[in-house]
Amino acid sequence: MPVISHVTCPVCGDFCDDIEVTVKNNVVTDVKYACAVGAARFLNYSNHRQTRPLMRKNGELVECSLNEAIQRSAEILADASYPILFGWSSTSCEATRVGLELAEEIGAVIDNTSTICHGPSILSIQDIGISSCTLGQLRHRADLVFYWGSNPWSAHPRHIERYTMFTEGRFRESAWKRYVARIGGILTRKRLKRAVNLLLGRRLPPQPEGGQGLPYTLLRKERKMVVADVRRTRTAEAADYFIQVEPNKDYELLQAFRMLIRDEQLDVEEVAGIPVGVLEEVADVMIGCELGVLFFGLGLTMSGGKHRNIDAALSLVRDLNQYTKFLIMPMRGHFNVTGANVVSTWQTGYPFAVDLSQGYPQYNPGETSVIDILRRGESDAALVVASDPVAHFPREAAQNLAKNPLVVIDPEPTPTSLMADVVIPSAFVGIEAEGTAYRMDHVPLPLKKIAEPPKTCLSDEEILQRILLEVRKMRGS
Amino acid sequence: MPKLKVLLLTGRTIDQGVGRERGKLSEEYMKSVAIGEIDPDDMKRLGISDNNNVRVSTDFGTVVVRAVKSKSTPHPSIIFIPYGPWASLLMNSETRGTGMPTLKGISAEVEPAPEESVMTVAELLKKHFKKG
Repeated sequence: MPVISHVTCPVCGDFCDDIEVTVKNNVVTDVKYACAVGAARFLNYSNHRQTRPLMRKNGELVECSLNEAIQRSAEILADASYPILFGWSSTSCEATRVGLELAEEIGAVIDNTSTICHGPSILSIQDIGISSCTLGQLRHRADLVFYWGSNPWSAHPRHIERYTMFTEGRFRESAWKRYVARIGGILTRKRLKRAVNLLLGRRLPPQPEGGQGLPYTLLRKERKMVVADVRRTRTAEAADYFIQVEPNKDYELLQAFRMLIRDEQLDVEEVAGIPVGVLEEVADVMIGCELGVLFFGLGLTMSGGKHRNIDAALSLVRDLNQYTKFLIMPMRGHFNVTGANVVSTWQTGYPFAVDLSQGYPQYNPGETSVIDILRRGESDAALVVASDPVAHFPREAAQNLAKNPLVVIDPEPTPTSLMADVVIPSAFVGIEAEGTAYRMDHVPLPLKKIAEPPKTCLSDEEILQRILLEVRKMRGS
Repeated sequence: MPKLKVLLLTGRTIDQGVGRERGKLSEEYMKSVAIGEIDPDDMKRLGISDNNNVRVSTDFGTVVVRAVKSKSTPHPSIIFIPYGPWASLLMNSETRGTGMPTLKGISAEVEPAPEESVMTVAELLKKHFKKG
């Protein structure tokens, strides 16, 4: 039974490259080292796939040939005056490159999922700049790991294990044993309390939290983790210290840290619900580390303030570099959202929200970004590749997307494919098709082919090339 | 019926990730996404218990989801709904010039909805998109 090693996982931005997959008769029978989500992808991908192209006739989606689907898709896109090409974060860089060529050919707006993910981070990085690095550097050297508005335990389940706290680095020991001991201590205390309550027949009052200074682990010269979030998530449970920020107050808190790091006084007792005394101690820990990193997630980009929150986070890290070495990295969501930005930048100069309707690239998020175009009802057709905007866009934008002719290229049925006028099922990239993708730290890695796709399913890249060819034939170009 | 003013947060959960990989039209996906995680004290205020249905409303839409006792407590007056078609019905598409709609920290209202059921993906699409 062939076992394929070093398979990359086509799910989240961590893009783990150590997965071991067993394939028997073209079926994945076992997966090792993947997280729950990655394992679910490899083991279930073939159970809920689309294999035949579909076309809407008399209001119903009915099966058709691949040639008919390609022809109809080309007609829809070539006839449109302001089409949108959206998705790209869950496909290969090679497919995105063809998509950009198609966008240029038909004068479309091409946008990727970072527009409703880390788009504000990109805007801010363009303004402020970023001191960043690869995840390997952090694995070996970081002694302070800060997660802000990010819950890797759920969204990037192996991030802590592979790159930060629970990995054995060359210069930093794993904090795994310490974590297990701490959780053991917490459980023992809970059991003791329950036993005492039962014996005394009454409830002991809960111990007051805070006011006792930071835990001693934050002051030791070893790896430590701080989490700032609005809820006590599983990631927060694993942290040495958790800062519970009031919703929509991240900007204030980040700016307060900037002031404290510059030794300025705060004339208030608390910021975002956190006593200033605590903030001062955390600021000291930040300054005192040897190499710190701030990972930030959508808790910053999607809350009030948006790119201004990221401005404050990037500036905080810049300020910290006057005292120590500090780095910052966005926790990118889809496995190739970084690649979509990179390829778009190679080809057009801009990472997302690129409007090619005038024959040259224009970039003005807020105007040329897909949500804004849909909200204004300006587009008249769309092509969606490997994405599900009907499920994830705000209702008004999703409704405007679905009311116009819609072509979907996706291996599996989704709410978006159910709203489409043409559905072209593709091979699962990273399982049934090769390619290249960029990990969240901009490291390109190969996507492997470990199984054959159904004969009716081409790769995203091939489907796009065929649509492009048809469009060019129609336009005589 | 008691009503509670809350802030609505959206985000990823591990169950949502696994449910998505079982298929966007699967029961597992719906079970993991058509939910609202509520602080236990808020559930008491609303007079509901685990798995009761609640109606969540914002200025931009309304949807019925299954209430689930939150494990990320305490977070009084905050409801968490994982990303998905149900949460998206409550969102404003205004981006204020950034390209990004506000998907976290939105004012909302929660109330018990014992008589109402949670829509499936097919029902939701039929009602709101009138296609398919």
